[in-house]
Amino acid sequence: MKLLIKNGTIVNPKAGKGFIGSLLVENGKITKIAKGDLAADGAETVNAAGMIVTPGLIDLHVHFRDPGFEDKEDILTGLEAAAAGGFTAVCTMPNTSPACDNIGTIEYQTKKAAREGNGVRLYPIAAASKGLKGETMAPIGELKEGGAIAISDDGKPITDSSLLQRVMQYASSFGLMYVSHSEDTYLSKGGQMNESYFSTLYGMQGIPAVGEALSVARECLMAQYLGLPVHICHVSTKMAVDLIAYFKAQGVKVTAETAPHYLSLTDEAVGSYDTNTKVNPPLRSEEDRQALIAAVKSGIIDALATDHAPHHEREKNVEFNTAPSGMVGLETAVPLVYKLVHDKHITVERFVELFTAGYGIFGLEGGTLTEGGRADITIIDPEYQWTIDKNMFRSKARNTPFHGFHVKGAVFRTIAGGKTVYTRAY
Amino acid sequence: MKHLLGIENLNRDQIMHILETAVSFEEINQRQIKKVPTLKGLSVINFFAEPSTRTRMSFEVAEKRLSADSYNIAVSGSAITKGETLSDTALNLQAMAPDCLIIRHAVSGTPHMLAQIMDCSIINAGDGFHEHPTQALLDAYTIQKKKGKLDGLKVALMGDIAHSRVARSNIHLLTKTGSHVTVAGPATMIPKDIKKLGVEVTYDPKEAVKDADIVMMLRIQEERESGLMYPDRREYAKFFCLDEKLLSYAKPDATVMHPGPANRGVEIDDNIMDGDRSVILEQVANGVAVRMAVLYLLLGGSNS
Repeated sequence: MKLLIKNGTIVNPKAGKGFIGSLLVENGKITKIAKGDLAADGAETVNAAGMIVTPGLIDLHVHFRDPGFEDKEDILTGLEAAAAGGFTAVCTMPNTSPACDNIGTIEYQTKKAAREGNGVRLYPIAAASKGLKGETMAPIGELKEGGAIAISDDGKPITDSSLLQRVMQYASSFGLMYVSHSEDTYLSKGGQMNESYFSTLYGMQGIPAVGEALSVARECLMAQYLGLPVHICHVSTKMAVDLIAYFKAQGVKVTAETAPHYLSLTDEAVGSYDTNTKVNPPLRSEEDRQALIAAVKSGIIDALATDHAPHHEREKNVEFNTAPSGMVGLETAVPLVYKLVHDKHITVERFVELFTAGYGIFGLEGGTLTEGGRADITIIDPEYQWTIDKNMFRSKARNTPFHGFHVKGAVFRTIAGGKTVYTRAY
Repeated sequence: MKHLLGIENLNRDQIMHILETAVSFEEINQRQIKKVPTLKGLSVINFFAEPSTRTRMSFEVAEKRLSADSYNIAVSGSAITKGETLSDTALNLQAMAPDCLIIRHAVSGTPHMLAQIMDCSIINAGDGFHEHPTQALLDAYTIQKKKGKLDGLKVALMGDIAHSRVARSNIHLLTKTGSHVTVAGPATMIPKDIKKLGVEVTYDPKEAVKDADIVMMLRIQEERESGLMYPDRREYAKFFCLDEKLLSYAKPDATVMHPGPANRGVEIDDNIMDGDRSVILEQVANGVAVRMAVLYLLLGGSNS
């Protein structure tokens, strides 16, 4: 099986400047990358004229709800949504039921993805504590054997600093890093949206930015004290960005991600009382949004991650305070973030770096196009204009605040391990 | 106007039109037979998902005096206790083709959600700590009767501003009509960036009350899940209770208001509450006329 991608701009930041060229895929591997044309007899040819050809993107923060909440999403539909979003690898968070804190659950996930999945790679992030309860350590070594690439109590941050220290240290003996959902849950208790003028206007309990910052500061100080790396999830505030910049300058091994919605929307959007705008951390102020754009440009933020958080429509079709937090993100990430390229905030190379940095952060194979390397490739049509329609999602879930948004930039084709896992029907 | 969801989206003319309409309904309330056939044949559902004495009764009285058919649902006696969602409840009520639904709910934005689901008029009778538009309208009506105007007045609004829907609706209304509002309370009760709503902020009740035409007190709320906003009732009363001494800073003819229910001796002293400057029970009386006006304008009245 041969696939020839030609006439596209190959954007592969790790290998230098982009160029218009061709790329030949054979038996799941990239066998040839060349400037200009390539000839290949019997190959399926993809004309990528006007498009960019990039290493397969990775989403280092998704929730696939499997096992336990398969009415929201399951591993197979999640992987389909990933493919449609241009991702050839995803890292799944452990808040399933049972939680991914035991060998049985993690093997169920990796085996289901490998045997029945579409070829998009699934990398589990396992629980840091048993039952995500923040009380005792999960069997981290065994979870590593089962395929865990990092550990986290995502959504339920560890409040006990002693446990945090032990988790980070113990996990480091197995080469695993702690991934922090940074939130002071005392300050966010009862909160529905960002604390701001808009929470005052809309009459909602606010979640203050300082809660995220306090937690980020603690995690970074602990990382500095222990000399260990830490990864900060879904950064949403300027305060957290400033802290991460400070600790990076101190030489602390901290990496950070933000999500497309924090670059696209602000807390003003909650005024619709649309529960699809409810997310944790919450949509923040315009000042925070601008600080995040500057941080993805400067490198203070290393990576984009969607925090894809599917919920059933019936769960969201309730009073605002009753609705669960979260929005789907896999199938809208590329156009939302590509807007930063169109608006000249970032280069196309930086765009690709942001969506491939996860490989480096977690030490995974991928993130570059090389001859002999795995054929994980994403082809993006940067000029294609379309309207986001939640009813077209591959995901089971429809909880997006971006339904009806006009966007420019679309995933044209996704190739995972040499196999086309998604083609956009124009 | 189909719904009354809040004051924020009303303009001054709409507000004044409602208040003018209420004048003729006040007259009806003074007759021996306090009933007119204005809304005969129309059905109004009162759906109070939070405890209420004044507002619920006031709406029901207003509906009946306009000859509307009123129906009451209490959450404790409804299928919501069997796990039915609010949106399903709303669809089922809609199937019975009411003309209006009055909703009181603990969650901000719930009336807006129902306005999207249902075809009938929705009146917000208080949502979370967002808005309570008929309370602000009846307060404005009371102020206008007392002071003859709604502009150029100095209004002190004191207490738990952060968790008060009455505060927000009154701030919107009084700033739209050209009065000057100062909010006061301990810093824990002042929500972020409230100045952007066009009010002054002080933590000193004396400063707020100084030369005030209107002193409007708010109830302290003890049922907040994020914890108490003050140490205890005794300490709160010591520093923030409206008593003779505090009221002496206001203009001699200042009017004292409270939306109820009041905590006597905590935010307002008994002799102020029962004193001759208090219009607390007039507020309640005016509430019926104002709600009759709102029902009339939404359901049967002139276009506005």
